[in-house]
Amino acid sequence: MATINPDTAMTMFMGNRMQTMVSAFISLPARLGLLMTGVLLMASAHAGLPIQHWKTASGAEVYFVENHELPILDVEVNFPAGGGRDTRDKAGLSGLTQHMLSQGAAGLSDAEISRRFADFGAILGGEQDQDRAGITLRTLSSQRESAAALELFAKVLQQPEFPESVLEREKARIISGLREAATQPESLADKAFTAALYGDHPYGIANADTPESVAAIRRDDLVAFYQKHYRADGAVIAMMGDISREAAEKVADNLTAGLPKGPRAVMPFPPVSYPTEAKVTRIPHPASQSHILLGYPGMKRGDPDYFPLYVGNYILGGGGFVSRLTEEVREKRGLVYSVYSYFLPLNELGPFQIGLQTKREQADQALKVVKETLAKFIHDGPTAKEMKAAKDNIIGGFPMRIDSNGKILSYLSVIGFYHLPLTYLDDFNKEIAKVTAAQVKDAFARRVKPDQMVTVIVGADAQ
Amino acid sequence: MTKKLFCFLLAILPAAAYADIQEFKLDNGLKVVVQEDHRSPVVVSQVWYRAGSLDEFNGTTGVAHVLEHMMFKGTRRVPAGQFSRIIAAAGGKENAFTATDQTVYFQQLEKSRLELSMKLEADRMANLQLTADEFAKEIKVVMEERRWRTDDKPQSLVYEQLQAAAYQAHPYGRPVIGWMNDLEQMTVQDARDWYKRWYEPNNATLVVVGDVKADEVYRLAKKYFGPLKAHALPVRKLQTEPEQHGMRRVTVKAPAKLPYMIMGYHVPVLKDPEHDWEPYALEILTGLLDGNASARLNQNLVRRDRIAIDVGTGYDMIQRGGVSLFVVDGTPSEGTSVDDLETAILGEIEQVKENGVTEEELQRVKAQVIAADVYQRDSMFYQAMKIGSMETAGLSWRALKDYPARLQAVTADQVQAVARKYLTTDNLTVATLDPQPIDENAPKHKEVPHGHH
Repeated sequence: MATINPDTAMTMFMGNRMQTMVSAFISLPARLGLLMTGVLLMASAHAGLPIQHWKTASGAEVYFVENHELPILDVEVNFPAGGGRDTRDKAGLSGLTQHMLSQGAAGLSDAEISRRFADFGAILGGEQDQDRAGITLRTLSSQRESAAALELFAKVLQQPEFPESVLEREKARIISGLREAATQPESLADKAFTAALYGDHPYGIANADTPESVAAIRRDDLVAFYQKHYRADGAVIAMMGDISREAAEKVADNLTAGLPKGPRAVMPFPPVSYPTEAKVTRIPHPASQSHILLGYPGMKRGDPDYFPLYVGNYILGGGGFVSRLTEEVREKRGLVYSVYSYFLPLNELGPFQIGLQTKREQADQALKVVKETLAKFIHDGPTAKEMKAAKDNIIGGFPMRIDSNGKILSYLSVIGFYHLPLTYLDDFNKEIAKVTAAQVKDAFARRVKPDQMVTVIVGADAQ
Repeated sequence: MTKKLFCFLLAILPAAAYADIQEFKLDNGLKVVVQEDHRSPVVVSQVWYRAGSLDEFNGTTGVAHVLEHMMFKGTRRVPAGQFSRIIAAAGGKENAFTATDQTVYFQQLEKSRLELSMKLEADRMANLQLTADEFAKEIKVVMEERRWRTDDKPQSLVYEQLQAAAYQAHPYGRPVIGWMNDLEQMTVQDARDWYKRWYEPNNATLVVVGDVKADEVYRLAKKYFGPLKAHALPVRKLQTEPEQHGMRRVTVKAPAKLPYMIMGYHVPVLKDPEHDWEPYALEILTGLLDGNASARLNQNLVRRDRIAIDVGTGYDMIQRGGVSLFVVDGTPSEGTSVDDLETAILGEIEQVKENGVTEEELQRVKAQVIAADVYQRDSMFYQAMKIGSMETAGLSWRALKDYPARLQAVTADQVQAVARKYLTTDNLTVATLDPQPIDENAPKHKEVPHGHH
């Protein structure tokens, strides 16, 4: 469950009652930072988080929270340059472009860039999903360190060189990672799920990178993608920490003044079409467990059903040990270690997904329980007791959602990128409190169609 | 952006943050360590039991972790499943994890709810009901966990085999999750025995970090844990690993595309934080090899020579078992064999042994030490983890204070000296993944219209 809960500080340590072991072994594309690291359903923050908002002369929007308790400055620069901007024949271009920003810029080599960041104790990072490419910097706020780190950050953002030789090297690494991923059940399931749910929609192409599509990418493609999608107009800067407003304004100016010029060229994504019939994809694999994913187009950022679906999903499969899915599939029957559901809200309809892994011999049994649980939830809606428990947790857990600079930075990026109200966090609990059981039932009935969902089963026994 | 086997920055421990720590001891032996952090109105509470796979015997491997699962299965007052529901209703998050050295239970709550967590934890420390029915269901969950975590993950299997080969006598050779056969044969009585043996206040540390007053935490701890009785603990017969006299190799065949290798050298752990210097030098060495993208292994093997797709290092100096491995892992580039990668890694290690490291590299690692010390203060949970792991290993949290300074004091000569002393081939175990094709003839995607399968 940790994998779908990005706003918890412990994801680096553990999942669901797991053991800490050395195995931070994750699949190679993820290790290269190129897979989607979507910002999932995120809830609220403590009332009165003072978000300052302005626009730079270059046209970038800034969302800033000033806080001097720790000598740390966090910055994230977001561009509408996520995987949804890829084309099928060169799928993977968005991720590769973002990755290559730090592999040579302003006359500095990849080695010089990483050496300098390390010398100042600064950490460069990034995340990408279907909509958004976010590049992060964490630095000490002391004058010498922050000035040097921010200057280098600006070079990486504004003067990437995409050196040919480095590009070939990184392409080879990514291609190898994709080949490896194509043998591993989790990655196979993930790709097949996206393909089944989105087909040729940009959100489908966002996860359609293959060894062939990455091999087809040329340096010119990166330059063109960068010029088109990494403009100040459309950029959203999130900034959090130990810096004054005045200094923050200068930082924002410096980070964006030298970005590619021109009005934002990004067209809205087409609407996602709903499936008209159920589709089952079975992929043979010798693994001992079947990996099962079910899904349906979910919701958008700012969706009118956002809060009912949020509360409902907590009850169905988002609430960890206390969710209905965990109760039915794990607690009562011992069929799985993990079963979950989530909505990932995006510009257009992001996925609603239910996932589980179970011994292959009992895959059909587990799937049946999942389907029955979902059908019953949609048919009957939540009980009054469940509604109270869900609201108690979501509202009562409010302070933990923004108890670190890192978490607040993530919220600033989402609020800014999706133009959510500045009072989004302040209003969150009020909105949750207003949701009724009838609204949850109604929203799920309208938004999730069990008989038209896509199902992916990797490692299923022959039917 | 490369994710390492261990993140060096996270492996570095803090200093400044530990200024506000206080410790107490209850009459029954429960230790309470409190760190006040008033940035946000929240609290993290962790109960650390000194019981992990280290304390298991062959035949019942995995029982520490199974008991951890069973700890959510109810007491007389709080029936099965209710623990999680009560914490959730209070807005909290909770979970637990088991490792070689400890089993840890934790809650994250709004600060006024701390009492609830103490009440529940004290209850299940003494009153757990272990029923055959609940056990029968939960052991299946744990077997699913093993399949998911290890059996179907080739690189996890390789790691499991590295441990098994490198440690022939020491319990660290056995997987925390347990061997499948042991799980299959485990009984509720095994879990009961484990609970009775180790779940005592005198075998636990309560760590609380957050917007709390230390005195108030002590008062609550006394109120809820105080009435529990201490019991004699079994004598721990700590096993050592006999000296290794020659390189060991092990191969794992599993469905995968790319080969993979992981190498482990036996190295010492921190025992005397004031006088030991070798563990600190080894920690710095991991940073020099792998602390950032321009560190030696990535720079030379991935970027310059392009013979690896990925390389990483790892070393944990805090180990209650008294032994540790210095680990290097990597995936060769296509067209490069694992043997070539092994040769190249050994070549980099030879470089350090023969020519040492530069002052510039050393300063870079130390700059990261200073920064990491600050960054870790952004996570209360992480700070609690550090306190708990020190205490459980039998070292005081007080040693955390000096940790960055001790790392700062490491010299280039010391780094070279530990490399020469420990990174020798006779002391090395290499585990390799031999990737096997998945059935190429099977149809790749078979789409079935609903109702027709």
